Amino acid sequence: MGGPVNPGDTRHHPRWYRRRIPIFWWLGKVSYTRFIIRELTSLAVGYAALVLVLQVWCLARGPESYDRFVSWLQLRPVVALHIVVLGVLVYHSATWLSLAPKALVLRLAGRRLPGAVVLSMHYAGWLVASAAVLWLLLAG
Amino acid sequence: METISHDILVVGGGGAGLRAAIAVSETSPDLSIGIVSKVYPMRSHTVAAEGGAAAVVKPEDSLEAHAYDTISGGDWLCDQDAVEAFVTEAPEEMIRLEHWGCPWSRQPDGHIAVRPFGGMKLERTWHAADKTGFHLLHTLYQTSLKYGSVTYYDEWFVTRLLVDEGRCRGLVAIEMASGRPYAMVAGAVIMCAGGAGRVYPFTTNANIKTGDGMALAYRAGGPLKDMEFVQFHPTGLPFTGILITEAARAEGGWLLNKEGYRYLQDYDLGVPNPEPVKLSMELGPRDRLSQAFVKEMEKGRTIETPHGHVVHLDIRHLGAKVIDTELPFVRELCLKYENLDPVKELIPVRPVVHYMMGGVHTDMHGSTPLPGLYAAGEVACVNINGANRLGSNSLTELLVFGARAGRAAAEFAAGGAGSANGAVLAQALDEERRLQATLVDSEGGRERVSGLRNEMQAAMDEGAGIYRSAEGLESAISTIRELQERYGDVALDDRSRTFNTELVASLELANLLDVAEAVLHSALNRTESRGAHQRTDHPDRDDERLLSHSLAFRTEDGVPRIEYDPVTITRWPPGKRVYGKQVS
Amino acid sequence: MTEPVTFEIQRYRPEVEDEPTWESFEVPCRPEWMILDALNHIKDHVDGSLSYRWACRMGVCGSCGMLVNGEPVLTCATYVTSVLPGTVRVEPLRGFPVIRDLVGDITDFVRKLERVKPWIVRESEKPLEEGEYLQTPEDLGEYKQYSMCINCMLCYSACPIYELEPDFLGPAVIALAQRYNLDSRDEGSQERMDILSRQEGIWSCTFVGECSTVCPKNVDPAGAIQRYKVTATVDWFKSLLMPWAGR
Repeated sequence: MGGPVNPGDTRHHPRWYRRRIPIFWWLGKVSYTRFIIRELTSLAVGYAALVLVLQVWCLARGPESYDRFVSWLQLRPVVALHIVVLGVLVYHSATWLSLAPKALVLRLAGRRLPGAVVLSMHYAGWLVASAAVLWLLLAG
Repeated sequence: METISHDILVVGGGGAGLRAAIAVSETSPDLSIGIVSKVYPMRSHTVAAEGGAAAVVKPEDSLEAHAYDTISGGDWLCDQDAVEAFVTEAPEEMIRLEHWGCPWSRQPDGHIAVRPFGGMKLERTWHAADKTGFHLLHTLYQTSLKYGSVTYYDEWFVTRLLVDEGRCRGLVAIEMASGRPYAMVAGAVIMCAGGAGRVYPFTTNANIKTGDGMALAYRAGGPLKDMEFVQFHPTGLPFTGILITEAARAEGGWLLNKEGYRYLQDYDLGVPNPEPVKLSMELGPRDRLSQAFVKEMEKGRTIETPHGHVVHLDIRHLGAKVIDTELPFVRELCLKYENLDPVKELIPVRPVVHYMMGGVHTDMHGSTPLPGLYAAGEVACVNINGANRLGSNSLTELLVFGARAGRAAAEFAAGGAGSANGAVLAQALDEERRLQATLVDSEGGRERVSGLRNEMQAAMDEGAGIYRSAEGLESAISTIRELQERYGDVALDDRSRTFNTELVASLELANLLDVAEAVLHSALNRTESRGAHQRTDHPDRDDERLLSHSLAFRTEDGVPRIEYDPVTITRWPPGKRVYGKQVS
Repeated sequence: MTEPVTFEIQRYRPEVEDEPTWESFEVPCRPEWMILDALNHIKDHVDGSLSYRWACRMGVCGSCGMLVNGEPVLTCATYVTSVLPGTVRVEPLRGFPVIRDLVGDITDFVRKLERVKPWIVRESEKPLEEGEYLQTPEDLGEYKQYSMCINCMLCYSACPIYELEPDFLGPAVIALAQRYNLDSRDEGSQERMDILSRQEGIWSCTFVGECSTVCPKNVDPAGAIQRYKVTATVDWFKSLLMPWAGR
């Protein structure tokens, strides 16, 4: 598509320079650092999923196994860890939801819904879903 | 020296060049096309055009009306047969652009919206908000990517046309990234390299508008036509020279002097009306508006600023809604470059060099007198713009004549492609040696490119402004002559081969000096005032002797030979340009 | 300004050096100057060998993108005063191989642009005699924002993925593809989906979002990409669940 450029001819065409990307490139800018932290929060999601799988597995193996699992959950350091994980999960969810207005263009009566409305709709949905789960857990 | 061969070579990747390339691809898909541009096509100066492109579309409008407006706006220097072809093909070209995706502004029902423009009796200016050139260029560029027969030589700087046995055979171009010159041969060359606003110090034009195409053709023998006609656009921002589109006045903007008075009413341009009136006041033709500014300045009624005298453009009464819909770019530019909001404040403006009506002499098919060489766009002079171009005719011109030149060149090239014969290659090698010498021998020179360029621009501003005189022109001529001699002593700081922008600037300067020479001598010889060429020593129009185009031929001794070629009159004998009266 | 401003500019002369170097210039800047004016001053009066691109000087051609104090900006639209106090560091845009000084090679962008078919794709063309395709101002509003891209490449410089993953199409290319996808006159969405829904298309994007932050024309390429992720996913499900639904 473009005209000929002969990299072999060093008299007329010396090499072009490509910098080596530094390992900690993401520390260079606040927005990049925030991005990497956001991506790392998915580790917390993975961890929470693992705990859930563990819970089901212990349940399947019988009441003793399950009781051991519950007592592990009640250990002080584990509780502390899980409070941190909860915080990270909330942050993860919030950053995930903040994507919604970018990805979803909704229209009402011909006018585009402002981003704030789309976002609050998502938060409302999250609240309703969380309330429903909570009700299920507490009612049972 | 490496040789590249194509059937057609297009120099310049702006509106005209891209349209020409597409025209070739559509009429003759088996011809190979090379677009050689010193910048990536989307950087071409077409991108900066704002106001719109004219074509008859309303039922109450007519081709005759568009033609008459153009011819009278051009002060009768337009070739009427070419104008008739132009207005006839314009609507089709615009629809074609629309089909290619151009985001033209629309009426609520989905049809194309048109706005009034300076010097036009009726609304016929198609527009894409106030970034018409930007959208036009990007649409053309993106559409051109469809055609497999087009090869893009981006950032290749053409230094010379190759002419053998009276026929244009190709060109020599430097690939800027490597600094390597190539001989490029073709069956036909279409010159679409744009205008030369940078020959003046204060211009709307980008840095790249250095008259390369005009100089190349000039040196190859193709005469330059009507070079004395340089358009000063009435509303440029002071200091930067950035264009504030005529559309601001078409939407209803007013030009006010120091006392807040709409001064155009003193210059035979009609009576002020709160709403815009076509062909009247601020919607008058550009040459008359710029001339009015000079007269106001002489009367001491313009506003003095650290960056020169200005008047005020008032669009406050249009309201934020209209400004944000129709003139959003104007608002952006004022906020950024003048730190003011035109919704609430007055915009300082002054006349600024904008367009070259003159250029490479072509007929209405885009052919130059040199077989094998075609030209279209601002670089060419057909002449449909005459002595003063109406706003929004230029973008249309790119399309109509870009297509015409493409088709004509395709027909010519189909009759036998270009091949590198001995004589052509010898010329190319010669050029390679010259370029090598420019690079190497520049050590020890005493002149700087920027210094000579500044002096040239100052001389042009002084001697070839809105109002000229024999004295002023002769003084400028001798300055340019001197600069051309001193050019031989230029020293380059940059002796590298890789992307040497100083070498390119130096070659551009040589082109500018050639253009300046043609402009000044043509202006000196035209002893009348017509359109944008106003002589204080010959203030009247002289249809008896000078209803003709000036043709500047390059000579060895540096004084171009000026000849005259009568204007083609078909239906409209020369009349009086009337603005401001109710035109029935 | 009363004191001259110190500019530290990256130089690269491939004929004499393997790596870029820094050079310092003292420039007597005026308050109304853009960074570009300072560069022009250096080129005209101090060192004519400084190489950089510029053309329109009004923020519409996209030539003059460079990194100023680490931020990708249009040097013709950035006041010197806005990056003071301190030294002003000027480098070429990230993500593109450096040819010379402040000039990068953007052919990668042009090649990728071609691949997404940035033109009106239609089954059949309406004859010119029948006039324009009708497009209401609302229709125009659907894609208008994405058509404002000046190809300045600031978004490519800001996107860490573009530098890390050489095959990534990049923000502007995808935004321009969307410009045509959303144009009421276009019928090429399916054709473009093939290339866009590959790994090198939208799925390389992890929504860092910097592209939209630096875009001087508010094109919001990040928005274009995320929207397209929804479109592509929905389309994928549709093709899975309703393979008979043709186009």
